[in-house]
Amino acid sequence: MKFGVIVFPGSNCDQDCFDVVKDVLKQPVEYVWHHDLKLDHLDCLILPGGFSYGDYLRTGAIARFSPVMDSVKKFADRGGRVLGICNGFQILTEAGLLPGALIRNQDLKFICKHVTIRVENNKTPFTNKLTDKQTLRIPIAHGEGNYTCDAATLKDLKKNKQIAFTYYGENPNGSTANIAGIFNKKHNVLGMMPHPERSSESILGSADGLYILKSIINSK
Amino acid sequence: MDKKVYRELGLTDPEYQRILNILKREPTPTELAMFSVEWSEHCGYPRSRKWLKLFPQTGKYEALVGEDAGGFVYDGMAIIFKMESHNHPSQVEPKQGAATGVGGIIRDIFTSGARPIALFDSLRFGQLNNSFNKYIFSGVIDGIQSYGNCVGVPTVGGEIYFDDAYAGNCLVNVMCIGIAPKEKIARARAAGLGNPIIYAGAKTGRDGIGGCSVLASSEFEAEECEKRPTVQVGDPFTEKCLIEATLEALETGVVVGLKDMGAAGLTCSSSEMAAAGGVGIDLDLDKVPLREEGMEPWEIMMSESQERMLLCVEAGKEDKVLRIFHKWGLDAAVVGRVIKEEKMIIKSKGKIIAEAPTEGLAKAPIYDMAFRKSKLQTSKSKAIRGKNPNDQLLNLLSDPNIASKRSVYEQYDHMVQTNTIVYPGGDAAVLRVKGKPWGIAATTDCNGRYCQLDPYSGAQIAVAEAARNLVVTGAEPAAVTDCLNFGNPEKPERFYQFKLCVEGIVDACKFFELPVISGNVSFYNESPRGPILPTPTIGMVGIIKDIDKRCSAPYKDKGDLVVLLGHNREENGAPELDLDVENRVQKTCLEAIQSGIVKSAHDLSEGGLAVALAECSIISDRGSVINLSDKLKESDLLFGEAQSRILLTIAPENIFSLSDFAMLYQVPCAIIGKVGGKSLSIMRGKKKLINLPVARLKDIYFNALPNLLKRK
Repeated sequence: MKFGVIVFPGSNCDQDCFDVVKDVLKQPVEYVWHHDLKLDHLDCLILPGGFSYGDYLRTGAIARFSPVMDSVKKFADRGGRVLGICNGFQILTEAGLLPGALIRNQDLKFICKHVTIRVENNKTPFTNKLTDKQTLRIPIAHGEGNYTCDAATLKDLKKNKQIAFTYYGENPNGSTANIAGIFNKKHNVLGMMPHPERSSESILGSADGLYILKSIINSK
Repeated sequence: MDKKVYRELGLTDPEYQRILNILKREPTPTELAMFSVEWSEHCGYPRSRKWLKLFPQTGKYEALVGEDAGGFVYDGMAIIFKMESHNHPSQVEPKQGAATGVGGIIRDIFTSGARPIALFDSLRFGQLNNSFNKYIFSGVIDGIQSYGNCVGVPTVGGEIYFDDAYAGNCLVNVMCIGIAPKEKIARARAAGLGNPIIYAGAKTGRDGIGGCSVLASSEFEAEECEKRPTVQVGDPFTEKCLIEATLEALETGVVVGLKDMGAAGLTCSSSEMAAAGGVGIDLDLDKVPLREEGMEPWEIMMSESQERMLLCVEAGKEDKVLRIFHKWGLDAAVVGRVIKEEKMIIKSKGKIIAEAPTEGLAKAPIYDMAFRKSKLQTSKSKAIRGKNPNDQLLNLLSDPNIASKRSVYEQYDHMVQTNTIVYPGGDAAVLRVKGKPWGIAATTDCNGRYCQLDPYSGAQIAVAEAARNLVVTGAEPAAVTDCLNFGNPEKPERFYQFKLCVEGIVDACKFFELPVISGNVSFYNESPRGPILPTPTIGMVGIIKDIDKRCSAPYKDKGDLVVLLGHNREENGAPELDLDVENRVQKTCLEAIQSGIVKSAHDLSEGGLAVALAECSIISDRGSVINLSDKLKESDLLFGEAQSRILLTIAPENIFSLSDFAMLYQVPCAIIGKVGGKSLSIMRGKKKLINLPVARLKDIYFNALPNLLKRK
């Protein structure tokens, strides 16, 4: 399975994602500069965490205008796998590939720590290696991870089984319905605030994130 | 020239005379500005340089002592690091002051060709009992998190102390570590006649003019806020792009040398690059990308706008480098050329507006400062509050100097780059190096109280404790950087503190075979409230040879033996340090860890044995039953801060192996208890001294700081 990690100016988890795919998953992977338009040769795109364009104005608000984003939309329309992590999730909501928005954490502070999340739908390309309601220990690191959407959208998310993960035990940022990650309707796009690439090796304290990345490979 | 003009720039009468002698004429305004910043204490170290030469520059590993940051070489990799202060700017404008402190030290590291991999913040504030001190504290934390998180370098450690001596002058010392293959290390010099000089990064604006000569090189007087315009404003997004673009530019192999524009901006970077290469530089200010129109030449030369670099590139290859910076959305332009004559020629609108020899400019005068022994502080240690040992321990754990700083470090991204193995809150941060069997441990340390009581021994304790913090992770200390924070050096009592602290560091580093590979001096840290405590912050980096044999502080298993290495002692004021004893305790601990028998290790520091035991319980959520037999005064036994002590836990069957190491180095090694239960229980003989549930300890330890901040 061929991965592409999109690099926006200000992305700062791009190298971490690249390293995990290459060194831990042993899959082919390349960087995709935000001006590149050709994505046809790739099977899975990762929009990494970080501060694209400094997150000035609003998180993800400038990155969504990057030339690559049109290609990302077409890639997703064709059924390609798209994983947005943290800032990548924020960009996907800004770009309209995922519904809702990510606003500032409830207590207005950046939070970096391990949290527990629970699998809400294990029948997708991103979660097929997980059991239903399985809990994962996985780090978050964000100031704007508070997922929010209107009541109708939430109803849709539930109806279409678009909620991927919820915070379990403690909700660190005040997100609606404890949401930590959501799919698009077709379940080929996943946006999540927690960082699977930071929890893919036991030396880092948890390897639970690997379940998600291995599910993607398994989904081909 | 009117004395007022150069005095306002911070130059003295003899310094002005020296300029006249160098130029053999009156300086132009631009030249005067250039000399004033180059010779300021912040850039040229005229008052401290004589003493800094005493630092050892060799150790167990090949040391790299360079122009900006230094480092050492292990397994073909250069580990580059440096610590720098941004005290005055942070006191004046806490958020931007701290943020630009982070940005500045990161640039020092990647300028050397090393990718920045970790940040540490050693911070000092006034007590959090009034809104002003809270404002400074919160602003500094906000500045560090906003810059560090965005720029993608993990903030993995540091320290925070509160003492009213810092209320009028906080300390913000930031250390950055970077890593690169040794052969990729870049030079901060210009060379090669005709080679172009490239300016890259953010545009030059009017911010930070006089930051180093006016703000950093004088004491605070009453109206600190007036100096706010001298503080720079940081843009971490531009810095992140600058890191990637610079490292990419270095990969091309056509960069001869480079230097970041930090203190004294374009003046300092250009003249020091020229001086280092034994050449001159011809600069055309019309080519410098400017943020606003109508900037005067001297303003362009003095500006401390952030996120800017100067590169010397092979002639004919400039387009290759310019393209990389442009790709990253940064300004970049050829602004000058290397010339043979060793002087700086600055042109503006076709006219030469400054022409000065590089040597004369870059070599600040060296002063022999007077020093006088100050009256020793009353050496009475602070009384510990509380009726009984239980209360006393809880009071210590809730003291903001001891209580958990979790509410602070959780605001820092300490995991980005996926190398952090031991998170903040432990003795030292531990980082892996991808693809290598070894890892890095690093820490910062200084107890200003100890240095106030006894500057020489206090500075030695800072070195010894930093080393101990590394050793308990299984790392061998390798090299030191320092950030020497003191009051006004023109006051002989203050300079005496500086001199003794330097001597303490020199002697301790020589003893431990540690080179001092970089450093920074920050003087004039005083306000109308008085001087800060002498604070020679030590940053130390060590190597864990086998990352799988690393050690951490939390208890691991029920039934493990709790062992104390070192001696519990009576205390009279400042703790004493015997370097030889310290060394033997550290060797015992390190070799035991390397042999694989140690399950946990924790250094004893503030609050002594009882606090160390409590911390081990808190972070592992495991109790312990301790029985002590020393015939000491109860408070000294529990809370005394005698140096050279380490707590270990081992499986019972390994006690003889541990005793062998201890015997080899003649270090006291006592089994003092066992891991288990849900409480910390400390007895002496049959007498119960402390008995507290771990849940209670955790509650106090983790909530003390947030509660203090909430209090009106």
